[in-house]
Amino acid sequence: MRSSRKLFRWQRIIWFSLLMIFYFAVVPNSMAKDVLPNVKANHKCFKCHGNKTFTFYNSVSERTVSKRMNPYYVIDTAAFYVGNHHLLSCTDCHDPGYENFPHANDLQMQEMLKCTDCHDGDEVAEKYNFKEINVEFKKSVHAQAYSKDFSCWMCHNPHSYAITARKNTDIKKVIVYDNEICLHCHSEVANLTPLSDHAKKNISTIHDWLPNQILHFKSVRCLDCHVKVENHSMVDHQILSKESAVKDCVECHSKNTRLMATLYKFRTKELRSKSGFLNAIIITNDSYVISANSNHFLNVTSLVIIGLIILVIIIHAILRITLK
Amino acid sequence: MHNAGANFFMVPFEVSVLVHNISGIILVINFIYFVVANRVTGNGKYYQIKKKGFTEKIWKQTRYYSWGIFKHEKAPFPISGKRKFNPLQKLSYVVAMYVLVPLIIISGIGLLFPETTISSVFGKSGLWLTDLLHQIMGFFLTVFWLIHLYFCTMGKSWTSNFRSMFNGWH
Repeated sequence: MRSSRKLFRWQRIIWFSLLMIFYFAVVPNSMAKDVLPNVKANHKCFKCHGNKTFTFYNSVSERTVSKRMNPYYVIDTAAFYVGNHHLLSCTDCHDPGYENFPHANDLQMQEMLKCTDCHDGDEVAEKYNFKEINVEFKKSVHAQAYSKDFSCWMCHNPHSYAITARKNTDIKKVIVYDNEICLHCHSEVANLTPLSDHAKKNISTIHDWLPNQILHFKSVRCLDCHVKVENHSMVDHQILSKESAVKDCVECHSKNTRLMATLYKFRTKELRSKSGFLNAIIITNDSYVISANSNHFLNVTSLVIIGLIILVIIIHAILRITLK
Repeated sequence: MHNAGANFFMVPFEVSVLVHNISGIILVINFIYFVVANRVTGNGKYYQIKKKGFTEKIWKQTRYYSWGIFKHEKAPFPISGKRKFNPLQKLSYVVAMYVLVPLIIISGIGLLFPETTISSVFGKSGLWLTDLLHQIMGFFLTVFWLIHLYFCTMGKSWTSNFRSMFNGWH
């Protein structure tokens, strides 16, 4: 009895030791593998730019002071590390001179990089068809109205933008993400003022004509009506003015719905449903577009049955007349 | 609405939506009137089905429509003050007015105010299921309407029953 209890105690000691060895030897190594190589370098910048306030030693006054960070220079670090550029170091795009504090004044006069400064003829440019996107963008209302001041960064924040439509199977999340990009400026006058002196227009008022407005805003992206469908790239970039945007219900509510060439473009390529419902991918997304999602079998069956009934009625009527 | 965007001649989508919405509202008003009037005037008794011998009566009436009518037989259940509908009429009117119409109205309200419709039912879009029910009910009512119109020609003369459509009496 005593020997079995002793054995049990030894077993516990061995198991505990093994657990400790695993925790101190294996876990830190596996965690270390997950840490991106740029994190350490970026921490130097995010220490200040990742917060609303920053603290530094003022060598003139010889004391440590805290100041508020310009809100436009605050970076959401969590969003950065899930964004497209999560592998980059700050100094890959910003001048290495920014590593010194206080930052030299002349650094602010430097031109910011454009997408094509890095992605010109490379694998990324090829994959996402940047060339065509650039052609479409130049014809868009943004580029036409604001010329050089309007860059890719206005919509695709380089510090947080993440590809959603290609990766996300939940279309609702894609809709929210993409609409937030538009609403960032179009519902916030403060964000719009650097480019336009237009008075803030209420999105709901502008779309007064649209029935079931809330349902539409939840179910489609601004882009789906406000873009010219070109099919050069997976996401069309020729944003249309409100005068040229789609206002015809049938563009979406028909068998040849434009939603298949816009919102559902990625999913359409991946999934061809055999359920008999036209544009079935829309239904798999918990949505339903009247007319665009009619069922082929139901259509045929109902027409055949109604046809047969009419035929029976005609025969019945003829018999009544002839046998009178 | 169902065939919006088709190449052949159709009523424009916006017009059909408007007409459909107005028709739906009129249908709701008419249905409420029908239910209330049936209750108040006692007309509802004509819609009550007595189980006993009903199947035989249905069969008799069906036989008359598919055979006897051509041989100039007498109608098995002639219309009188006590009997407003023949058994087949009664069955189809009860199904149409107390099953199909309420279901098309409920699903129609769900589609007119989509924010009130449950978004997902067992992983399927609530709006889609509502519309499917609305369409199927619409299909059955179309069938009912076609047969109803044709049966109106079976009165004393080809047109006499159309008068009954408005005053409710044969």
